[in-house]
Amino acid sequence: MRATQSELAIEARNIVKRFDGETAVDGINLTIGRGSIFGILGPNGAGKTTTLRMLLGIIDPDEGERFLLGSPDPISMAHQVGYLPEERGLYQSMKAYDAIAFMGALRGLPLAEGRKRGRRMMEEHGLGDAADKQIRQLSKGMAQTVQLLGTLVHEPDLIILDEPFSGLDALNQGKLERLIRAQADKGVTVIFSTHVIAHAERLCEEIAIVADGKIPFRGKVSAARDRLRPQVHLETRNLEGPWRSAIPPDCQPLGHNWHFTLPETGVEPLLHALVEGGAGIESLSIERPGLHDAFVQIAGEAVARRMDADAAEDDGDPAA
Amino acid sequence: MIETIRAAFVIARRDFTAIIFSKSFFFFLLGPLFPIGIAVAAGGLGAQVSQDIDSPVIGVAMSAAESDRLLAAHAHLSGSLGTRALPELFVLDDFSGREDDIIATLHSEKSLTAIVTGSLAAPVLTGSERDVQRWQGKIALLAETALAQPAPVEIRTTFVEQTSSSSERNQLLTAQAGQAILILLTMILAGMVLSNLVEEKTNKIIEILAAAIPMDAIFLGKLFAMLGMALVGITVWSTMGLSVALLVGGNWAALPSPAVGWPLFCLLLILYFSMAYLLLGSLFLGIGAMATTVREVQTLSMPVTMGQLLVFFLAYSSITKLGEPVEWFAVLFPFSSPFAMIARAAQMDNIWQHGLALVWQAVFTIIIIRFSVMLFRRNVMKSGQAARKNGLLARITGK
Repeated sequence: MRATQSELAIEARNIVKRFDGETAVDGINLTIGRGSIFGILGPNGAGKTTTLRMLLGIIDPDEGERFLLGSPDPISMAHQVGYLPEERGLYQSMKAYDAIAFMGALRGLPLAEGRKRGRRMMEEHGLGDAADKQIRQLSKGMAQTVQLLGTLVHEPDLIILDEPFSGLDALNQGKLERLIRAQADKGVTVIFSTHVIAHAERLCEEIAIVADGKIPFRGKVSAARDRLRPQVHLETRNLEGPWRSAIPPDCQPLGHNWHFTLPETGVEPLLHALVEGGAGIESLSIERPGLHDAFVQIAGEAVARRMDADAAEDDGDPAA
Repeated sequence: MIETIRAAFVIARRDFTAIIFSKSFFFFLLGPLFPIGIAVAAGGLGAQVSQDIDSPVIGVAMSAAESDRLLAAHAHLSGSLGTRALPELFVLDDFSGREDDIIATLHSEKSLTAIVTGSLAAPVLTGSERDVQRWQGKIALLAETALAQPAPVEIRTTFVEQTSSSSERNQLLTAQAGQAILILLTMILAGMVLSNLVEEKTNKIIEILAAAIPMDAIFLGKLFAMLGMALVGITVWSTMGLSVALLVGGNWAALPSPAVGWPLFCLLLILYFSMAYLLLGSLFLGIGAMATTVREVQTLSMPVTMGQLLVFFLAYSSITKLGEPVEWFAVLFPFSSPFAMIARAAQMDNIWQHGLALVWQAVFTIIIIRFSVMLFRRNVMKSGQAARKNGLLARITGK
């Protein structure tokens, strides 16, 4: 069955997965339209990989339904999908270009064509000299690039990347971000999971936050941020005066610095009250909340701390 | 279905070329030479030892005339029965025949097994109890022949094409040989499938495969790649074996013909080997797929080999019981079916039953693969803690 007419790249209806009596995914509903970069955000163990595996048909949900490119049988759509799993792996004895061709052949690309494309893609990514080397002879970064190219070689309509930035250095993370954007520019739908908020914030138009097997938020990044009011950072010469009525009564100064949420009335009435009330403004800044703040507010402090720890561990910070 | 076959071909091609073009495949091809070499060496050694043990020398201490008659009888009987049927005789000249002399000679002459004294009419055999009991009949026969001095009788021989008794006996031999070849090859080759998914799991490629193609195709592809490798090995080995046999100059006409004829029998041998391989291989692949490390695979090897032996014993014990319940059970029980059916091909000439058997075995192979895939998807393809915490038994049982 090749139901390719669907406008949705992904549709999950109340999918549930349990392992050994423990619920890994707890009734997730998720729709992802075509032609966008979509991030699935959450700490390790939140249920991201299990969700992706169910969506891809690697495992079946215990309850609920899922559709990949409109098909209830995800494997039947494999020719149009590229998938980079979290745990990277290639046949060690294969030559690099052959490994790319093999991954394409799995998804229906003729082997000869895959070999041609494999060599060309490696040239384009500055790995031409390594094309005939065995995977075991490549560096970790090169092998990861080969696997990524293998994910793209059959020119899929939908690319799903599970923790693609994990284990990459800053240089390669930048390259990967550019590659994701380039694919999206070609109209390819890119879905990736991550526990690093910065990547999602830079790349995604829309995100889903996964925590404890559920999705507490799904929508535009801006909508997530808009759930929080902007934060005001104010420094005044005076500590008392009529201007104090313009800031929240529970806001206490740190020296002459004040931090509080921008009142519902907005910036202009606040500014007017501060000036007229004689606050003696030394500095004033209004910061829009980042996705991290939104994440803390949506998923909770504990989940956010777990995710920060995962990200720090990824960067090799032993203190995390 | 077409997609599954296409995907299975992609897997089979990758595995097959990876195996065939690896250095270790050369050693795999050389593998059977080692047991053959050991068997030849051990056989030669054993024959030598056996010859040494079974070539006794009996000392003869009789009058010169009677000794000569005994030697003549020995020569006469050796012509009819063969030299190895009788003990060698050694005439002891100037021998007193006293009991103490006999005992002293037996102790000093280590080559003598026993000594016969007295006369042809009343021979006395002296030696250890075991040797005396063993050789007294032969010595009596020699003495009787020496006394009777029989005239040689020439037997005229007439050969018929085949008697029903000899035909059955010969076909039974073919059945045993066919089954032995099948069992040996399956035993050597099918166990290798056990570790076939470990590479994918240790290299973490399994998820890429599972996301791209049906899991059935992965299992099928792996099985057929290993079957292809096994058939390459068998082709090489049989070519080498036939070449050696042709060089040595074997008596091909003496080979007992199977009931279905040699061409069909050879074809069935290949088909039943393939089915035995696929049946046992799919089971082993399914069990091996639950293992995550080479150590777990090694742990599984022994019980799996024991299970194989039980199946082989079942099939082997049913050869002579054609049509009896135990033979029918061996025919119907999927794992022993190929072995029981090749024995039938040697002994029964109806062909249709082989078609049915092959279909039955193929269906059961598919059932095993589907069941293995179900277990694999349910118990192995997990993520995070769920994937790591369970032991092998828990992965197999899903508990």
